[in-house]
Amino acid sequence: MSQGTAGAEGAPQVLPEGKKRQRKKRRRKKKDCKTRLVRSNLLLPEPEVEKSKRTVLASNRLKTTKYTALSFLPKNLFEQFHRLANVYFVFIALLNFVPAVNAFQPELALAPVLFILAVTAIKDLWEDYSRYRSDKEINHMECLVYSRNEKKYISRYWKEVKVGDFVQLRCNEIIPADILLLSSSDPDGLCHIETANLDGETNLKQRQVVRRFLELDSEFDPLKFTSVIECEKPNNDLSRFRGYMIHKSGKKDGLFKENLLLRGCTIRNTEEVAGIVIYAGHETKALLNNNGPRYKRSKLERQMNADVLWCVLILLIMCLFSAIGHGLWVWQYAEKKKPIFDVPGPDGKYLSPVLASVYLFLTVIIVFQVMIPISLYVSIEIVKICQVYFIHQDKDLYDEETDSQLQCRALNITEDLGQVQFIFSDKTGTLTENKMVFRRCTVSGIEYSHDANARRLAMYQEPDSEEEEAAPKGGTLSQRDSICSHQSIKVVHRSQSTKTHRRTGSRAEAKRASILSKHTAFSSPMEKDITPDPNLLEKVNECAKHLEIMRSHEQPLSHLSPELCDIFDFFVALTICNTVVVTAPNQPRQKVRDRFELKSPVKTIEDFIRRFTPSRLTSGSNSSSSSSLATSKSVHRFGLSVLSSTSTESTLLKLEEKLAYSEQMNNNGYSSQQGRTAVGSGPEEGELRYEAESPDEAALVYAARAYNCALVGRLSDQVSVELPHLGTLNFEVLHTLGFDSIRKRMSVVVRHPLTDEINVYTKGADSVIMDLLLPCSSDDPQGKHQKKIQSKTQNYLNLYAVDGLRTLCIAKRVLSKEEYACWLKSHLEAESSIENREELLFQSALRVEKNLHLLGATGIEDRLQDGVPETIANLRKAGLQIWVLTGDKQETAVNIAYACKLLDHDEEIITLNAESPETCAILLEQCLQCIESKFSNNTIDEATGNMPVGFTPLYPPSSPVLSSLGLVIDGRTLAYALEPTLEDKFLALAKRCRSVLCCRSTPLQKSMVVKLVRDKLKAMTLAIGDGANDVSMIQVADVGVGISGQEGMQAVMASDFAVPRFRHLEKLLLVHGHWCYSRLANMVLYFFYKNAMFVALLFWYQFYCGFSGSSMVDQWYLIFFNLLFSSLPQLITGVLDKDVPADMLIAVPQLYKSGQNMEEYQPHMFWINMIDAMYQSLVCFFIPYFTYYDSEVDIFSWGTPITTVALFTIILHLAIETKTWTFLHWSSCIFSILLFFFVALVYNASCPICHPPSNPYWTMERLMGDPMFYFTCIISPIIALLPRFLYRTLQGTLFPTQLQLGRQLSKLSPEIRTQLLTKLNVKRKTILQTQPFADSFSPNLGSNASDCYTAYNQNSPLPASHQKNESLFPEPARAEHTTDWTVAASPQGALFYGDKHSSASSLGRSVGFHEVTHSTSEVESLSVGAAFPWNSAVDQSDFSLLKWITSTPLFSRFGAVLQVSSSSLQNESQDSMSVLGSSLHVDFKGLKEQSANNFQDKMKGIPADNCKSDNSETTFL
Amino acid sequence: MKNRKSQEAQTLPSRCPDNSAFKQQKLPAWKPKLTITTVLSSFFVTGVFCLSAGVCLILSTNSVREIQINYSDKCSDCSKLRENSSNWNNECYCSVDFMLKEDMLGDVFMYYGLQNFYQNHRRYVISRSDAQLLGRDVDIQKSYCAPFTTYQNGTPMAPCGAIANSIFNDTIDLFYNLNSSVIQVPLLKTGNSWWTDKNVKFRNPKSYNLSSAFAGTARPPYWQKPVYMLDEEDEGNNGYINDDFLIWMRVSAFSTFRNLYRRVSRTNQFADGLPAGNYTFHISYNFPVSKFKGKKHVILSTVVWSGGSNPFLGIAYTVCGTAATLTGFVIIAIHLQLRKKKTFIQK
Repeated sequence: MSQGTAGAEGAPQVLPEGKKRQRKKRRRKKKDCKTRLVRSNLLLPEPEVEKSKRTVLASNRLKTTKYTALSFLPKNLFEQFHRLANVYFVFIALLNFVPAVNAFQPELALAPVLFILAVTAIKDLWEDYSRYRSDKEINHMECLVYSRNEKKYISRYWKEVKVGDFVQLRCNEIIPADILLLSSSDPDGLCHIETANLDGETNLKQRQVVRRFLELDSEFDPLKFTSVIECEKPNNDLSRFRGYMIHKSGKKDGLFKENLLLRGCTIRNTEEVAGIVIYAGHETKALLNNNGPRYKRSKLERQMNADVLWCVLILLIMCLFSAIGHGLWVWQYAEKKKPIFDVPGPDGKYLSPVLASVYLFLTVIIVFQVMIPISLYVSIEIVKICQVYFIHQDKDLYDEETDSQLQCRALNITEDLGQVQFIFSDKTGTLTENKMVFRRCTVSGIEYSHDANARRLAMYQEPDSEEEEAAPKGGTLSQRDSICSHQSIKVVHRSQSTKTHRRTGSRAEAKRASILSKHTAFSSPMEKDITPDPNLLEKVNECAKHLEIMRSHEQPLSHLSPELCDIFDFFVALTICNTVVVTAPNQPRQKVRDRFELKSPVKTIEDFIRRFTPSRLTSGSNSSSSSSLATSKSVHRFGLSVLSSTSTESTLLKLEEKLAYSEQMNNNGYSSQQGRTAVGSGPEEGELRYEAESPDEAALVYAARAYNCALVGRLSDQVSVELPHLGTLNFEVLHTLGFDSIRKRMSVVVRHPLTDEINVYTKGADSVIMDLLLPCSSDDPQGKHQKKIQSKTQNYLNLYAVDGLRTLCIAKRVLSKEEYACWLKSHLEAESSIENREELLFQSALRVEKNLHLLGATGIEDRLQDGVPETIANLRKAGLQIWVLTGDKQETAVNIAYACKLLDHDEEIITLNAESPETCAILLEQCLQCIESKFSNNTIDEATGNMPVGFTPLYPPSSPVLSSLGLVIDGRTLAYALEPTLEDKFLALAKRCRSVLCCRSTPLQKSMVVKLVRDKLKAMTLAIGDGANDVSMIQVADVGVGISGQEGMQAVMASDFAVPRFRHLEKLLLVHGHWCYSRLANMVLYFFYKNAMFVALLFWYQFYCGFSGSSMVDQWYLIFFNLLFSSLPQLITGVLDKDVPADMLIAVPQLYKSGQNMEEYQPHMFWINMIDAMYQSLVCFFIPYFTYYDSEVDIFSWGTPITTVALFTIILHLAIETKTWTFLHWSSCIFSILLFFFVALVYNASCPICHPPSNPYWTMERLMGDPMFYFTCIISPIIALLPRFLYRTLQGTLFPTQLQLGRQLSKLSPEIRTQLLTKLNVKRKTILQTQPFADSFSPNLGSNASDCYTAYNQNSPLPASHQKNESLFPEPARAEHTTDWTVAASPQGALFYGDKHSSASSLGRSVGFHEVTHSTSEVESLSVGAAFPWNSAVDQSDFSLLKWITSTPLFSRFGAVLQVSSSSLQNESQDSMSVLGSSLHVDFKGLKEQSANNFQDKMKGIPADNCKSDNSETTFL
Repeated sequence: MKNRKSQEAQTLPSRCPDNSAFKQQKLPAWKPKLTITTVLSSFFVTGVFCLSAGVCLILSTNSVREIQINYSDKCSDCSKLRENSSNWNNECYCSVDFMLKEDMLGDVFMYYGLQNFYQNHRRYVISRSDAQLLGRDVDIQKSYCAPFTTYQNGTPMAPCGAIANSIFNDTIDLFYNLNSSVIQVPLLKTGNSWWTDKNVKFRNPKSYNLSSAFAGTARPPYWQKPVYMLDEEDEGNNGYINDDFLIWMRVSAFSTFRNLYRRVSRTNQFADGLPAGNYTFHISYNFPVSKFKGKKHVILSTVVWSGGSNPFLGIAYTVCGTAATLTGFVIIAIHLQLRKKKTFIQK
């Protein structure tokens, strides 16, 4: 940004040339740092001054290494000492060198800290070396650089390339530096690059030779290049490059992003290009963008650091205690009575008690240093690396289709994955596949429903889905029909979930196909092969025929009926209003253009055009831009196309064949063959490939192709469209006004070949296009008709949105020559400006995109990714709140949300749409009140004992209430709600909702929402997204997850973890997150315990040695105990222990809550562990103490058994805590013990005098011959661990945690387990999470649990009825009856539609009813808000649901009640409402009793009683 | 370039991770669950084991005979004398009578016990030079011996350090009063220390005789005679490898401790140990303890395989065994209680 502003002030745009130069010179002096000047290196040597300036430019040598051989040691150490712990340990080690306080052999005391430093240093060194190697490889790649001496391009290493060098690149070569494109073998001066390395986008991008060089007649000669290039300083903005080239003549050329070839990209489709290096090496945009993995600190680590501070405190207390004790001890032997064992200082004088205690304080800090776990940090790092390794290796996180696996980019927050509470998800590309499939369209007010196409798509989902066929579809859609199809979509999703295996077949097929068409994005058969709607196809043909007739009869086009005209324009717009590049598959990345341009049968058409529009040649076409707003290019080049349009009849024929073939492919057997006969030709030959920048573009182009309106070639200034009967039409592209997120549309300005009119085709979001339409007066019939079309289209658009389709409007504007000329002038000005060019172009675009004529609209389906609903359901069961933040419009978003089960029909939806901050505030207030009242109702219910309440302590008590709310908010309201005054209320509301959907939100809002939740709720947040618009959100969240999908790599680059698909989130969080968290939490706790236990042993000894700081444990054991003897088992456990197996974690997502609630590592656990450590150390100290009391034992013969005992205890403690024992666990424990004995034996036998001051020679050997040693070593761990063991046992039996239950469940035989689980699921579904799963298992729940169990038994004999249900209900295996009513405040009021659902199962009944009571209260409170007119559009769909629900006998009474409710609402009678509330309540109490008995009856009664439902419906309407 | 790339594409296997048990974290594993039913047996096994071990230990320690006599109180005169360090040169003798009520059969060990003597004080523990004691000619200035390294005139102390300086220097003799005749109980003064101490860790400096080996050194300040005169009768028990010295140099773990002083030589009447009867200790009282409120004992004891007379371990085992067994019963009770309510989880 600073670059931008700097540039803006620095570069004037409309100064006369001479002045400009002067200015520039001055500026160069003053603001030298703002811009960069590049000259050719081939020029004669420059003056010294210049040269010195040049040296600051980076060379192209890549150096990502941090260290050199010399700097490694100091630099690495410096970095390591940034960690406070390291400083502490070094301080301790150095303290040992002070004779007065030293405790150990100083050299030995250095060992652990050196070891730790060395391990880290070696790790760093290794990483650096691998970087060095890859650097070297890249630096030694070769490219062609022009040499002044040899006057030709010679091969050089990349690292030798300098700024100002001329580089020549061939096809498929990788670009070595940021190069300004100066020449291309392409006649248009184009060059295609693939930026996959840079941003992961697989489509080709066009680059353009700098304008002036395009016009050179001769070949580009570097030697003649004398211009100076002035451009921005290196920056990391990939999408921007600005500068200009000053030629010797003094003329200036603007340079733009389209002129720059970026390092790391690959040249495609272009024989040869050459350019001058602008940025090299580390100044290239690619490298500036490459900021490695981020460092984040995890929540657990923060908690751990707090506990480390506690450890420090404990340590200080112990030291202080010892110091005071020692002072007193010294003091008791008065000066005269100094005992013989109190050794005076080296000078022979005794220390005063105070001084002695000060010295002792320092000494015991050394002795007790282990209290601060020195190896903790290293161990955690090792464990995390291993965890990351295992996450990487998980097959389940591998996506076959894209051959990609999960990437962990942040290495140190693995355990955060296990603690996530909020998920913020993007919609497009994250929940959906971002595979845009053309579904249906409406042209000039007539809907074409594309049934065959829908069926085709269904085939991809469900090859043999009968329900799909059964779903009614009509050519014209009534409201109800649309609802039906809406439901049928859900059916599809559901059946998809139950029969995933079916899909794998078609998936594999899709994969095979995508391999066939490799490298081309957005072109899977599903996206490509669109089945046209017969009606529309007919009209297209008719239109084409007319056109042909008109062409041959030289009639003007206006004779065409407006509808056909619209259809024609509609498809033309679909075809050309985009930036799609056409390629042929046989020669990948080779543009077809050559073939078509040189051999295509343009001639006849050109002739025709010339005949038709004789004025064409004279009209001055001035300029056009090729691919986006930021390009401009003069266009006096049509001669070329005329020249090239020499063709033969035979090629025409061939082309036709090809097209016919491809058409046949497209039709997929559903539509009738069109006019042409397909002559058998090679299957691979004909198909063109479209390389689009965005998937919807591709979808539209493929759709148009299905209607034989095929895009066959695109040049920068013309688009060739193949039309039926008409052949190829060449549209001269005058301008392309690229898409941007503010305008939400793109336009092309073309010259129509048939009419020679200047047409603007605009494609964009319906909300913006509809506002830009030409206002039509309702007076004349034409305008009336147009208005009708508009309203119809708007209607269909709404329907599309309800179906969850992405809608785009297509519009057109015809510009008169004058208008165009006028606009052109300002546009050219905008283009030529260098500074605020973007903004000017934006303004210019706004000027032309108005008064549009609506052609039609398209509905594109963005298909849900595999397994998204299941994943969301599971994640939600895991207690995660899922918020979807999308830029899409509300209807689409809500529908997708329903489709992916983010919103359920059994939950109430609060919709917030406010026009102003005030209304927003009021709305929030009302909703909160609503919920409050509901909440209080609920608690009353609980109090009366309707709910079988059996909360385990882990279960958040408030959640039963929250589970049934959903919140939908749009971008504008969100903006108000995020204001500081309202954010608390908003949060209070959102917190209570199970899911939140923010529509129309900007990237900034996304990140603000995440930040709000993160900071205000102190919650662990995860953001997942795939596009650039999610980057800010990903960066703000505690855990950022990128989807490495089709929309580029920006999200991935910003993320901590990158997953191929959304569904992988399930395993990543539920399994790996849980494991990582629980492993690490347990390990950290264990670490604290271990160190405290060991240090306490030493502390107790102080009481028996006059607090003199001596230790009975030999210094070697003391120092290496943590490092060698007790480290391996805990590492293994930390890496491999699985508290609950993966399948259980997936099957019972509730287990995830343990991580969210920090159950494994709660603050009090630290203290419990500390107390346990104290107890254990007391045991381990005093058993040997009393055993050896008053004996001849010497200090080390006594200390060694204690060390042994401590080791045994510590390892056995770990054994109790270990849940899974693989051979690695066994061997690590055994190895540790053996290692201890081995080291002890060797050490004690090695050398009698080598380790002063300790001299434990032969101690261990002697001990091992003593039976007492063994007796001590056996009894102490037993006594020390008995309490913990007993506690674990009792807890495992009496009040097991959910995790323990899960573990127990996993031990059961598979059949029983699945049986239990399905029952569990049934139950869970029926009770809608209101009851914690574990209750049913916990025996202490007594009657309640057994109750549940009998309920299972009752449930299980009913599988038949469940199945019967499945076909009728969208929710399979669930006996559900849903009630639904809607109270809406429109236009801007709160919109409540509560889809009430209550279960008929005996288990869930109380809960279900209890929800109904909520809604009652909600109705009540709403009625307080008075005057709510019914919103017809949205309600309709809900009414049908209502009908469907009330048609069951169970709810016949309810239906009746509802009639009352609605009428009373209409009466706006507040009092009667409150009465109603209570009456409803009573009603349900009655119903509840009924329901238990009537279960079976109800099942039969489902197809019931339409009478009743109609009745209720009419009352509603 | 192109070639290489296409080759890579062919040879490059899919990035799909290996399906090995280790990488997929599916190694076969034992998953113990800690519930009453599964661990019940372990409580009983532990209980039974500990009980039986405890009983064995108690039985064996009960067979130990031990008699312990505090002679710092009984020889209060000498204690007082020693309180003033200026009297170090005055000899003081003291005899303590005692009666053995029963025979002490087997090997009988004689210990001296000290109370409140902090031999485990940190600066005391390190105040020695192992290299010097190994007979090497070292610069003890660099050792931890300070301030007991050299005299002011530079003569090094042999042995240096506080431990050596404070050596226990009482001599205790045991007399058996049999029918008014007094028989000196023969005591062995060698073979009491660790073999490795005597033969590996401690060596006298090599020379033709001991006094020349220690030439140029001086005795520590508290010593009455130089190191080469510790046992003038036995060359193998003199100098650094004197058993009393070795045992003293092995610093004890607590402030209350005993060190092996002598063993009863099983000859003549004492072939089976010490017979019951009246005995007298004759003590040359040199070691001052009263000024740090210390106590001195002399102890006669037999030993068994499980050590001395300390019954603690046996008791600990018994208690632990009992506790484990009782716990076992308690959790059985809990289990039975629960079973009634039951839990379908086992089904």
